[in-house]
Amino acid sequence: MTVARVAVVDYGAGNLVSIEQALTAAGALVHRALDASQIADADLLVVPGVGAAAPAMDRLRAAGFVEAIREWIAADRPYLGICLGLQLLFEGSDEDGAETLAVLPGRTVRLAAAPTLPHIGWNQVERRAEHGAFTGIAADADFYFVHSYVGEPGPAAADAILAETEHGTRFTSAVARGNLLGVQFHPERSGADGLRLVANVVALAARTATGSAA
Amino acid sequence: MLRRRVIPCLDVAGGRVVKGTRFLDLVDAGDPPELAERYAREGADELVFLDITAAPEGRGTLLRIVEQTARRAFVPLTVGGGVRSVEDMRDVLRAGADKVGLNTRAVADPELITRCAARFGSQAVVVAIDARRVSGEARGLPSGYEVVVNGGRDPAGMDAVVWARRAVELGAGELLVTSIDRDGTKTGFDVPLLAAISSVVRVPVIASGGAARPADFVSAIRDGGADAVLAAGVFHRREVSIAEAKAAMAAAGLPVRAVDRAVVV
Repeated sequence: MTVARVAVVDYGAGNLVSIEQALTAAGALVHRALDASQIADADLLVVPGVGAAAPAMDRLRAAGFVEAIREWIAADRPYLGICLGLQLLFEGSDEDGAETLAVLPGRTVRLAAAPTLPHIGWNQVERRAEHGAFTGIAADADFYFVHSYVGEPGPAAADAILAETEHGTRFTSAVARGNLLGVQFHPERSGADGLRLVANVVALAARTATGSAA
Repeated sequence: MLRRRVIPCLDVAGGRVVKGTRFLDLVDAGDPPELAERYAREGADELVFLDITAAPEGRGTLLRIVEQTARRAFVPLTVGGGVRSVEDMRDVLRAGADKVGLNTRAVADPELITRCAARFGSQAVVVAIDARRVSGEARGLPSGYEVVVNGGRDPAGMDAVVWARRAVELGAGELLVTSIDRDGTKTGFDVPLLAAISSVVRVPVIASGGAARPADFVSAIRDGGADAVLAAGVFHRREVSIAEAKAAMAAAGLPVRAVDRAVVV
């Protein structure tokens, strides 16, 4: 099978060491992309990140990533968005009013009913559909969360809801559509199940790459 | 349901884990990445590194340790000690930490909390509060707990509960509350201190200082309102295992994450 080439978008949003290491452990060839020219030949695009939407969008725009990510997803190329990398897929964020990538209908909203906020720690990810990314992982496995806002799919994206999690209210903790996957939790900080998820995503991307080359 | 967390704390000095009653009688307790990996394997929900020297000249060593740890242990890592600016925070996060702890510096410059939260989000900013009990309603300290800084040596003249509330208003996403009276004494957490703080803030509170028995972890959460429990010595000396702490918590009806046996590569 092809070795998956993975581009991790580096826009100054904190820790990239963990996700790079998790991808490397899964057998991927990983590089950091500092601008949009550095993602062209990748088989999988990973957008990590924590923090607020507006500064993240500013930095993505400055490096040419905004259009590049939209085109990438429009072409149904493999994408993994983690935390902010999921939230940015929606149309806008209540956190700071930022307009985001708008590749999925819906908004990023505050977890208003949460008993503790930020929502920090391990919580159950309850799957609503089957997906290759979760192969070998229990249907309500624990993953690590650290966030105050969540991307909520609008009615036109209800089909994309892959998993939900409860913290005062039930929110969408994973979305999938075609080769796009977004997770609110941090697989790179979620122990064995997190590493398994990353490895599954890398394997799916390698298969997609092999398929399109054939 | 959100799990209650068990967090081993590694005090780091000169590239090694040290143990002792805070800053006194330090004894070498091992290699930080190796010990971190062991705790991750044993079921730690998170890890905390505390740079107890926090000297600028030792910073490169600390950042190397953080990176080595992030490459070996796939659980979240908080690094405290020595963060004086947004740039310091950026360096620690880039090395592989997920959160930073601010303590003495935040007391001297509370706006540092706001600047760090604006850049990296509140969820990455842990304000560590060291507190000790004072007698009576002395010197405008209504809760009876005073903030102490510089590793617990110097009184800051601030009420610990007032400071907790203010730190959250400024942007702290989590509070690490250490009882200096209990730290290293093995007499249990200061439950009234935890309850006083957790009842006035919505952010998660991590209990620290005094853990000795598995039952202590239960009372910090059930009676103190803590979201997570932190300990150093009892884990390093293997007097209590993470599994034993979690078993006691589960038996008391608290939600915990099952111990995960393969979290390292």
